[in-house]
Amino acid sequence: MRTRLYSLDELNDIPGTTVFNAMRSRQAYHLHKFCMSLMEEDNRTKFRADERGYLDKFRMSDEQKQAVLGRDFTRLIDLGGNIYFLVKLSNTDGWSTQKAVSSMTTMTPDEYAAMMRAGGRSPEGQRSIRGKK
Amino acid sequence: MARITSGIGSSHVPAIGAAFDQGRTQEPYWKPVFDAYEWVKAFEEAEEPDVVILCYNDHASAMMLDVVPTFALGMAEEFDVADEGWGKRAVPPIYGDPVLAAHLAEQLVIDEFDLTLMNSLDVDHGLTVPLSLMFGKVEAWPVRVIPLAVNVTQFPTPSAERCWQLGVAIRDAVESYPAGLNVQIWGTGGMSHQLQGERAGLINPVFDNMFLDKLSDRTDELRAITRLEFLREAGTEGIELIMWLIMRGALGDKVEELNRFYHVPASNTAVGHIVLRPVG
Repeated sequence: MRTRLYSLDELNDIPGTTVFNAMRSRQAYHLHKFCMSLMEEDNRTKFRADERGYLDKFRMSDEQKQAVLGRDFTRLIDLGGNIYFLVKLSNTDGWSTQKAVSSMTTMTPDEYAAMMRAGGRSPEGQRSIRGKK
Repeated sequence: MARITSGIGSSHVPAIGAAFDQGRTQEPYWKPVFDAYEWVKAFEEAEEPDVVILCYNDHASAMMLDVVPTFALGMAEEFDVADEGWGKRAVPPIYGDPVLAAHLAEQLVIDEFDLTLMNSLDVDHGLTVPLSLMFGKVEAWPVRVIPLAVNVTQFPTPSAERCWQLGVAIRDAVESYPAGLNVQIWGTGGMSHQLQGERAGLINPVFDNMFLDKLSDRTDELRAITRLEFLREAGTEGIELIMWLIMRGALGDKVEELNRFYHVPASNTAVGHIVLRPVG
């Protein structure tokens, strides 16, 4: 057996964090295809006019479609999504990236913005679920 | 022969591009960031590089859906600007250097780096924001650009050590190019930030400053940082810092630090830059 510096299970040990990998990439393939379609103004217009109808053109799971309609970024990450694809959706809505990102935390956008201006979230206590450090 | 005359590490936050494009650079929130890049702009005016090898990551704009290349080199004469969901940034056309790019591709694959070669590539804020920061508002970019896109999005990314070794090979490849070009290499992205989950907003100034401190002469310690440690300490998106190690690897053993900046925050991110000159 080849040696590894750490078990890949440790990637699941970072609090409040989902590590995007090949399996998730496949799980979200059609969701991400939808997101990338929003890189054209014509498609953004069609999506805004009929969100559900537009989503139905993609082979996404119904859970993924519901999460898109609800702009539930936490759920979209759970369903395999990656933020760099998902911001195509929030950009289409005219949201700042900060607003999209803050929606995954327990804070309001204003509270999150204030935290960032004050230096951001400290890594203390945020490194390991098991080690709680 | 061609020479790598300096290396720059810099963040490439999209909100910096938006502030730049909307003329908000003198607002209190953004002023410290743009003021700090004045030094670099003056440096670039004096240096007059011919070509920049620009290490950045594609933010699901041209890659990462159908194809997920670990290292992808831009081979084209010109690179179009991607529309990331709010229209294309209005920046000058980005011209490549297909002859040097072909030479790099040849040399690097021979040296065991199995690159993906992109004959067509739309570039996003990861590449255009650093150009705006280093050159300001210009009619035309004063350099040709060879994009080197690195997968820092989908685990596993290349390791810190692999990035370093790629930089070393790039240096050799540039020095074996017959034309007398003044070449710079930029490593972009970072510094610490996390854009997802309840831990979003993570900023680690201790880690970031350690990284800047060791980038000149304790690089062996940076090369040993694992992917897991980058994710834990610098955040899921802070792992972009591995691209700074490609830049540093391409500068040889000894460097002189010419300029450095660190600031929190720009939107969700710690912003930093460093300018290094190879010595000897």
